[in-house]
Amino acid sequence: MWRCNAIVLVMLVTAVLLEAQSPTFGVGRPATAEEVRDVGVAIAPDGSGLPDGSGTVAAGRDVFVGQCARCHGPKGEGDIGPVLVGGQGTLRTARPLKTVGSFWPYATTLWDYINRAMPFDKPGLLKPSEVYAVAAYILNLNGIIKDTDVMDAKSLPKVTMPNRDGFVADPRPDVGAKANKPN
Amino acid sequence: MKNSRTSRRQVLRIGAAAMGGGLLARQKILGLESPGQLGTPLGPYGERSPYEKAVRWTRQSKTPETGSSFTPLQDSVGTLTPSSLHYERHHSGIPTIDPTRHRLVIHGMVDRPLSLSVADIKRLPSVSRTMVLECGGNSGSEWAATTGPDVQRSFGLVSCSEWTGVSLSMLLKEVGVRAGASWVIAEGADACRMERSIPLAKAMDDALIAYGQNGEALRPAQGYPLRLLLPGWEGNSNVKWLHSLKLTDQAYMARDETSKYSDLMPDGKARIFTYRMEAKSVITFPSGGQTLPGPGLYELTGLAWSGSGKIDRVEITTDGGKSWMNALLQEPRLPNAFTRFRLPWRFDGREAVIASRATDETGYVQPSREELIAVRGTNSAYHFNGTKFWKVHADGTVTNVEV
Repeated sequence: MWRCNAIVLVMLVTAVLLEAQSPTFGVGRPATAEEVRDVGVAIAPDGSGLPDGSGTVAAGRDVFVGQCARCHGPKGEGDIGPVLVGGQGTLRTARPLKTVGSFWPYATTLWDYINRAMPFDKPGLLKPSEVYAVAAYILNLNGIIKDTDVMDAKSLPKVTMPNRDGFVADPRPDVGAKANKPN
Repeated sequence: MKNSRTSRRQVLRIGAAAMGGGLLARQKILGLESPGQLGTPLGPYGERSPYEKAVRWTRQSKTPETGSSFTPLQDSVGTLTPSSLHYERHHSGIPTIDPTRHRLVIHGMVDRPLSLSVADIKRLPSVSRTMVLECGGNSGSEWAATTGPDVQRSFGLVSCSEWTGVSLSMLLKEVGVRAGASWVIAEGADACRMERSIPLAKAMDDALIAYGQNGEALRPAQGYPLRLLLPGWEGNSNVKWLHSLKLTDQAYMARDETSKYSDLMPDGKARIFTYRMEAKSVITFPSGGQTLPGPGLYELTGLAWSGSGKIDRVEITTDGGKSWMNALLQEPRLPNAFTRFRLPWRFDGREAVIASRATDETGYVQPSREELIAVRGTNSAYHFNGTKFWKVHADGTVTNVEV
């Protein structure tokens, strides 16, 4: 009886293992929670994926001076790194200035990009609250949020970016005999 | 009899000597550095001749880890780009990745989140596909003016390789994509963890997870050990050093698909998710910076490609666009791959303005720069595929030109 149970147990365990691998080829193994956490840093425009924590404009100024200003300038005016501020109203001109304030459609993208790619030479250095704070500071420099606003997982996705409706679908082909009408 | 035998030996001896002298003389004609001496021994990994000097050109960048290097198209022959000359575009340097520790995690809206090693992926049925990768910003300098002095610097962010890997649709069937999923968020393992949103339809259609390039492992600069390949789509979306594919019900509006790689139109709106690279061609000989030694017969040649399939036709003008004639297309013409075109041409010592114009299998004709600008203005930065004119001067020099 014991032996019989053991055989059943072995069969069950085997079945579970097979189920866990890919069904057709039986390769790989189930992704661990740690692996999914490690690679799952992407933030959706609806805010899903944003972690706990929060940051103020004032705190963001301090982090920005310490970590960001050497490339982007103390006020986000740009240096080695791109200009982060200004440019609103220039997109239709001969010299458009595409910045967070004038061009970026979602504040969540700002959080996602700072978190994954900044500071340029030490990406991943900032803690979530520091990322919220730097995002708050840059949004404030652009006149998008108030000095007293606090950014967190709830407030950040609700920020209305000035160029939120500035993007259209790809209409190509847009030249020649089979051209679609541009949007 | 005896005399005659001797004389025959003498003749043979003289003949051999004469032949030896002849070989030595011929070796000199062939350009051997040390005639009559042994060459170098065999080696484990090949190198090109020290006389071959074609190299990538790297555009000046404020930070050496970002930027791009351009393929020397003017030196290319045939339709494949050597891996060592493939164009590069990086956003935070080239990571060094141990393939035994690298994993691809497929997660999000799937029934069975899966972690695959490179060895796991190599166990699966493989496919190879010869195709072009072209940076979305290739020829971007052409929007404003004709700025690149040669074909490398103006059109060189494009290369063609044979890529080997597995079809992404097969992997997605293995993990079981849940109803409602419509996007795949791809992420690389480089320092900035480059991220792009890919429509699920493309992932299920012809996307590959590649581990091979031109018969060997991917080069580190091309995504070693794993790269997402999206035939016909802009280079940036072909995420290198791929370590994550997340199935979602929305695009993630990543920095590199909103702030960058979107195309600003004259009305201030920007086109988003402009992945496809449309039909394009360029004459690589004669092209800017080259010199024809004098009047006579030459073969005009160049490369054509389309993100929408095969190249059906390439026309060439030698009179600045007044008249066009069909070039010969080298077979096989593969979808999304380089197609080499040729046309014999007699340079009569008078100025000639030359260009090529490709038509792909959908009937799409490569537009002129003016046609593009009429619709898109000059600030869209990406996806320039206009015809490219070179001026052959009376003295045989070739320069960039605006017609």
